[in-house]
Amino acid sequence: MVRSLAAHLVIAPILLPLAVGAAMLLFDERRRQLKMTLSLLTATTLFGIALTLLIQAATIDTDGDATIIAYPLGNWPAPFGIVLVADRLSALMLLLTSVLGLSSLLYALARWHKAGPRFHTLFLLLLAGLNGAFLTGDLFNLFVFFEVLLAASYGLVLHGSGTARVKAGLHYIPVNLVASSLFLIGVAIIYGVTGTLNMADLARLVPSLNIDERALFETGAAILGVAFLIKAGMWPLCFWLPTTYAAACAPIAAMFAIMTKVGLYVILRLFLLCFGGEAGNSAGFGADWLYYGGMATIAFGGIGVLASQSMLRLAGYSVLVSSGTILAAIGTTNNAVISGALFYLVTSTLSISAFFLLIELIERGRDAGADVLAVTMEAYGDGESDEEEDDDEGEVGVAIPATIALLGGAFVACTALLAGLPPLSGFIGKVAMLSALVNEAGSISFSHWLLIALMMLTGFATLIAMTRTGIRTLWVPGEGAIPRVRAVEAAPLGALLALCVLLTVFGGPAMRYMDATAQMLYWPQEYARDILGIAPAGTVPLRPTSGTGGKP
Amino acid sequence: MEIVLAIGIGVFAGSGVWLLLRPRTYQVIIGLSLVSYAVNLFIFSMGRLKVGAPPILPGPGVGDPATMADPTPQALVLTAIVIGFAMTALFLVLLLAARGLTGTDHVNGRED
Repeated sequence: MVRSLAAHLVIAPILLPLAVGAAMLLFDERRRQLKMTLSLLTATTLFGIALTLLIQAATIDTDGDATIIAYPLGNWPAPFGIVLVADRLSALMLLLTSVLGLSSLLYALARWHKAGPRFHTLFLLLLAGLNGAFLTGDLFNLFVFFEVLLAASYGLVLHGSGTARVKAGLHYIPVNLVASSLFLIGVAIIYGVTGTLNMADLARLVPSLNIDERALFETGAAILGVAFLIKAGMWPLCFWLPTTYAAACAPIAAMFAIMTKVGLYVILRLFLLCFGGEAGNSAGFGADWLYYGGMATIAFGGIGVLASQSMLRLAGYSVLVSSGTILAAIGTTNNAVISGALFYLVTSTLSISAFFLLIELIERGRDAGADVLAVTMEAYGDGESDEEEDDDEGEVGVAIPATIALLGGAFVACTALLAGLPPLSGFIGKVAMLSALVNEAGSISFSHWLLIALMMLTGFATLIAMTRTGIRTLWVPGEGAIPRVRAVEAAPLGALLALCVLLTVFGGPAMRYMDATAQMLYWPQEYARDILGIAPAGTVPLRPTSGTGGKP
Repeated sequence: MEIVLAIGIGVFAGSGVWLLLRPRTYQVIIGLSLVSYAVNLFIFSMGRLKVGAPPILPGPGVGDPATMADPTPQALVLTAIVIGFAMTALFLVLLLAARGLTGTDHVNGRED
């Protein structure tokens, strides 16, 4: 059976960057123009593909269910062959990846891509790994794509070289290698118990496990969970994160904003598939761990944000705050909270990414962070000698230079987004989660009050820390040179912030999409049925057994 | 046989974890290798231990699963070995770079 070309679209986000990235190895390092063009083209195409997939996944199927595109590789039927799955959640994550990829790449083209060899290949391989991890419907392929993206990320953390990066890499790489070992142990136990690695098949089998198998399966799932929690940065598995993110160069740190989200994505997917409302006796396994672990992460991140001396560390700790919030939201197992968390995931990823880009632009005017850059630029040839000097030098102290005004504006936007203040989309995400927590049926439990208080407090802590930093760096008159910012660097930053504004303006449609996504995650039997192409085991009724709201 | 394999995995994993927690980069890399040996053996054992059973069908027709070893964990372990090997090589490069840049082989990049 010949499938139409459109049906093969699902595999394109993996194949395209992989092929282009590999092909680029054949070209000499000096042909930068060619490499720039190729990777820009690839990133733009990926964005187009992700958008198409999102639209496909968002349309309602003929049978009234949500569309789940299953792509059997080699056309073997699902539990035996390997499948790629594009549903609403994966399509959303793909789009987010491609947006971050495009903006980080554009930003890197201004100068950073010259700071070390093979930047473009590594960057595209990272995209291939991320896309693969979001698309795969099979645990072992998830491992393989995780390794692809981690291997690329090891290279990218070290991009630009320097002692600080190597030191950070010396912690980042072993921690992730150990996490990968735990991943394999978990996968092996799950395979040993259930005899399958297909996620949809697992969701079908979990309710019918007997008591001995269940204990083993839960052990395996817990070990697997630890591996993902290391990536997601749950306290106390997160100490590597702020240092690594602070050491990586700006466009890479901006791209890494999505790396913790990969861990969160897998936890969200596997937790709801295997331990959601339809999982029989295993329902809700580990929910408390996610909930309280998430809250501990929020608290740790909040304290870290307040204690940070440098902006880069502040950004690293706000990554933790965002991870913790989403983890705790998953731990509530309430689908209204989860849909709020999905919205929050998108906006916090965009804003953290924008913040990392912004930090480098602001710090450029100051001497502290600039020395490492200067050294590597010297080693790999300075490409900015052709840049003209602006007329800023003759300026007298009264007017605020346009660059500073622009950076200041972006800083205020980032503050509002990270702290969750009203005008921008960070607020909507937080309100959606808080209102779902408050509007729960019956009385609100003490633990939920605790989460509400923590979210408020960390928002406040972020506001204080950001204001303090803003005053210290942007309100100092006439100290140091005014940072030179190129249009190609300002554009991705502006685009990321503009997307957050768009998310605010179109908050209604976006929230509806998230709601439908969370609803779909809540009934894994439909997911299993669509992927396996067979009716699920007859013991489980095909109707919602728990949760709030009705079927979409 | 099971007990021998279990003890073997335990010894590998135990020594690997101990070495991972040591302060020298060389000890860490050996620890990582030992842990990955333990993991690979563990994956292999998840297909159940069988002596003299091939993981392929003996000939045409329907085979008897009782006389065969499970091929999936063997395929998985092969992938895991390759990936683990590549990662060890990558870490070795980093280890040398760190030694050159910081002048010490301490994992924190400084002696204390």
